Amino acid sequence: MFGAFDYQVVIRNLHILWDGMQITFLLTGVAIVGGILFGTVLALMRLSRFMVLSFVAGRYVDAFRSTPLILVIFWFYFAVPIVVGQPIGDLYSVLIAFTLFEAAYYCEIIRAGIQSIRMPQIHAGLALGLTRWQTTKNIVLPQAFRNMVPVLLTQAIVLFQDTSLVYVVGLKDFLTAADLVAARDNRVVELYLFTAIVYFLLCWLGSLLVKRLQRQYAI
Amino acid sequence: MITVDKVSKWFGDFQVLDKCSTRVAKGEVVVICGPSGSGKSTLIKCINGLEPFQQGAITVNGISVGAEGTNLPKLRASIGMVFQNFELFPHMTVLDNICLAQTKVLNRNRAEAGERAMQLLNRVGLADQAPKHPAQLSGGQQQRVAIARALAMDPIAMLFDEPTSALDPEMINEVLDVMVKLALEGMTMMVVTHEMGFARKVADRVVFMDGGRIEEDAKTDEFFGAPRGERAQMFLSKILTH
Ligand SMILES: Nc1ncnc2c1ncn2[C@@H]1O[C@H](COP(=O)(O)OP(=O)(O)OP(=O)(O)O)[C@@H](O)[C@H]1O
Ligand SMILES: [Mg+2]
Repeated sequence: MFGAFDYQVVIRNLHILWDGMQITFLLTGVAIVGGILFGTVLALMRLSRFMVLSFVAGRYVDAFRSTPLILVIFWFYFAVPIVVGQPIGDLYSVLIAFTLFEAAYYCEIIRAGIQSIRMPQIHAGLALGLTRWQTTKNIVLPQAFRNMVPVLLTQAIVLFQDTSLVYVVGLKDFLTAADLVAARDNRVVELYLFTAIVYFLLCWLGSLLVKRLQRQYAI
Repeated sequence: MITVDKVSKWFGDFQVLDKCSTRVAKGEVVVICGPSGSGKSTLIKCINGLEPFQQGAITVNGISVGAEGTNLPKLRASIGMVFQNFELFPHMTVLDNICLAQTKVLNRNRAEAGERAMQLLNRVGLADQAPKHPAQLSGGQQQRVAIARALAMDPIAMLFDEPTSALDPEMINEVLDVMVKLALEGMTMMVVTHEMGFARKVADRVVFMDGGRIEEDAKTDEFFGAPRGERAQMFLSKILTH
């Protein structure tokens, strides 16, 4: 069987795999940026003095964190078109699902980061006459994000791997593309070996970056 | 300039301040001392509204700190504050530390703010440190930057909370020198400190706190000549023999 190993099949279909990889990158990128932005809003709500805001954000986070991602992807695929009133396509429904799901996780990371900033730093900002929001924006958040960079990246690596779950709605990401080629050309071993190597290399490079940053930011 | 009138404050059931009253006139320097946990930091944080209080009244330049409609950011911008652990912003350069509130609160443009910052850095002898980050400076240097940062807002009064107690002994004087100069120039100052040499040199009055109460509030020479209370005498004899 190994004698028939045909690595050429990967090269012949590289354009299909690359198309899939672009979807994977797009999903990862949008979910990171959208998730961090929305996650920051959620974190600020959770830490807000206004009970309603912190309650709403808290339930949001609980709901998403206690639901498997694959179900969230599924539900949004069916639910969003109903809510919006028209089909929006599998890509958009998945982008929304990932962003909202990741925001719940980023919220908790960012909240911990904000809470790691000591009270006297906040007092120092307020004592200069900055408003609460100016203090949060100029003093708390920049320091919090610096402390969080390694954890945020680790979460991004997990997210990158999780994007492969979009196969449930038939979106052609990297893994789904490989799967299609494998089935069509009957070359399962070659293609799955290739995808495994690619995922491993990218995640490994990512974790090296995390380690480097951790060393850099360690005081 | 600053009046504190029968201020009481509780953390939950625990009373930190018990009917504290004192006043600081324009140009006056008042030193506050007392054992650990006596409420000195809390009192000083009440004055610029960083800590709320439940009873009594504090006014700064006629403005009531605890009142409902008071614009606290505006009030705080006019009172400089210096902390025990400097509290410079570690993610900004020394220069940006001093410019931040000037641009955000006083709406000075970047050039004006930078110019004022360099002026003050010169005054505290640190002009060459402007592009560095706080972590690259010694404790004494950081505290002098923190004083410059507060002065950049052109405050009408300065509050100090144990500005030298986190410093190595050899760095204490460089900070005290800056404070002495400031006092001699006529700045209104409230200083929590155990540096009795500083108190003797520039303080007009010394306040002694114990258990959340102001036990003694006397002219400096009277205070050192013969503190009335027994607790103050004990406290003085302890820190003066150090
Ligand atoms: N946020 C808080 N919540 C509850 N208790 C507090 C809080 N801050 C201070 N305390 C308590 O209030 C008391 C007075 O504290 P404060 O920091 O004002 O004392 P201090 O005179 O400045 O002491 P030190 O010399 O140690 O700085 C202490 O017993 C302290 O434990
Ligand atoms: Mg204190």
